[in-house]
Amino acid sequence: MATIEIDKVSKIYHGGVPAVSEVDIAIDDGEFIVLVGPSGCGKSTLLRMVAGLETISSGTVRIGGRVVNDVEPADRDIAMVFQNYALYPHMTVRENLAYGLKNRRTPKPEIETRVAEAARMLELGPYLDRKPRALSGGQRQRVAMGRAIVRQPSAFLFDEPLSNLDAKLRVSMRGEIKRLQRRVGTTSLYVTHDQLEAMTLADRLVVLNGGRIEQVGRPLDVYHAPASTFVASFIGSPAMNLVQGELHGSRLAIGPALIDLGQAVPTQGPVTVGFRAEDLQVAAIATSGNASIGEGILPLRVDYVEELGSQRLVHGVVGDQAVTVALSSDAPLSGEMPVAIAIGRLHFFDAGTGRRLAWSGSEPHRTATAAGRLENVR
Amino acid sequence: MYRTRILDHLVLVLGALFLTLPVVVALMTSTHEAATIHSKGLMLSPGGHFVETYETVLTRQGGFTGQVTGARMMMNSFILGIGFALGKITLSMLAAYAIVYFRFRFATLAFWVIFTTLLLPLEVRIMPSYEVMSGLGLINTYTGLIVPLLASATGTFYFRQFFKSVPEELLEAARIDGAGPFKFFIDVLVPLSKTMAAAIFIIMFVYGWNQYLWPMLMTTDERFFTLMRGIKQILQVWIGSQIPDYNEAFALAVLAMLPPVLIVVVFQSWFIKGLTESDK
Repeated sequence: MATIEIDKVSKIYHGGVPAVSEVDIAIDDGEFIVLVGPSGCGKSTLLRMVAGLETISSGTVRIGGRVVNDVEPADRDIAMVFQNYALYPHMTVRENLAYGLKNRRTPKPEIETRVAEAARMLELGPYLDRKPRALSGGQRQRVAMGRAIVRQPSAFLFDEPLSNLDAKLRVSMRGEIKRLQRRVGTTSLYVTHDQLEAMTLADRLVVLNGGRIEQVGRPLDVYHAPASTFVASFIGSPAMNLVQGELHGSRLAIGPALIDLGQAVPTQGPVTVGFRAEDLQVAAIATSGNASIGEGILPLRVDYVEELGSQRLVHGVVGDQAVTVALSSDAPLSGEMPVAIAIGRLHFFDAGTGRRLAWSGSEPHRTATAAGRLENVR
Repeated sequence: MYRTRILDHLVLVLGALFLTLPVVVALMTSTHEAATIHSKGLMLSPGGHFVETYETVLTRQGGFTGQVTGARMMMNSFILGIGFALGKITLSMLAAYAIVYFRFRFATLAFWVIFTTLLLPLEVRIMPSYEVMSGLGLINTYTGLIVPLLASATGTFYFRQFFKSVPEELLEAARIDGAGPFKFFIDVLVPLSKTMAAAIFIIMFVYGWNQYLWPMLMTTDERFFTLMRGIKQILQVWIGSQIPDYNEAFALAVLAMLPPVLIVVVFQSWFIKGLTESDK
């Protein structure tokens, strides 16, 4: 168990293309950090630099306070789980689990107890003498995790470990990883491009884009207060609606709609406005003309509807800008429908840079209670 | 669905006959006496001298010095074939390992230099090779017989392609598991290449077994003669009006054919596996 400090770490490939630029992350002992971002954002490169599989162009990586820039992967006291599992195909599950320990000259009885322990934890007992070929995807994934656990390293590194599994298995393995990490309490760094995986697993998220950190924070903080339009559109499904608006005084114009914010606004002129699909509701017919206090009304022209069972996603346009609304599955539908948004649920982003603009009307979100619940789960 | 018709069978039967008849003729002819063969030509029916001919061929002290038997020549052929195949596999695996996994200067150039030697058969460099071997005093030794033939572009090429198809993550997992370059090679690559190596072993064994020109140059001592040389030796007895031992020549030819056939038959499942499926 150890802390990991990533200090101004950059990776510049031949030809001067930076894959990761000046990334700072401090990971606490026992924390589960998820690096999330689209493909090519540098998240895997960053993980591989921590693992020692990729050289560090500049900056330092410290594991447990020790600078490991020039330390061989085997001597960094880390274990890694790969996307394609990377099990040794010619060895049985038992040999796969034991290989790392054997190379470290761990005494035989010790190896046996640790392998047995990991096998019990991952329910691999019946498969110990099988070859990876004879295992299903989920079982292989568990062997890969077992190989990390038996080493009892100070940190786990996960490189998109669930990407090769089918959707159903992915959900159950996700739970298993979380449970396991809680149980052994090992510091973990997890890379994924799946925002749902990131949200559900992370103690803290690191959203990466183009080799830079966009935002670091607890999942719900990131969800409720995205630091940029990139984070807003990346975290959450369906993605946050982002539309161009115009601020005049305390009034916000979005296409044909005018919303009175009624209080100090962060800027004037053009602005990017964000709001979550689930924060929109069907406006009552009576109030469709003039909104009640603290609410904005957007006239939505419906294009098409996606039924998800528990809810329906209504895709349409406000003016000429696409907007998605998540409604309960029994909500009434019509071609032209006004939708209401609580003013406190509006997010403002700089129209040029895309950075979040703080404003006083923003509703404090419910992270505190949610986080409290999470603590209890632990 | 296509139904097989008589014509199809006919084609198959003709093809099979075409390929097996020469072997059958050799086998049948070898069971007759030399005189019969000399007067009647090749035979298609079995004669009555199978046991005695083969026994003579295998055990009779023959040759110029009267020291070499068929069994001895067979052993020499085995030593050449197996040594040749194993040596080639070892050498080309190591070469391919270096080329694929180590970033040294001119690695690609080194590979292409090795690869172009594919175009040059042994016969091209046979004089210089002989010169070197005789300079080292290795004529009439197994070392001299085997070593100059070992460098193999084909083998290196096959193993290079195979190593390239081994997923990168396996190497990375091994690095994290604390396996150095040597351990990775022995613990991971060699076991993974088993079927591949078996396939190459078969090809190379047959190739080594059938070597003729090089053993002819390298061996003047009859104790080092291989079967391939021995067959020719028997037909070189046109002394006076003596009839050459056709039967014995045919018997030796049949014997020379047996080991490669056996090896292919025994290892054929491995062989097919090695060529078609990868154990990853």
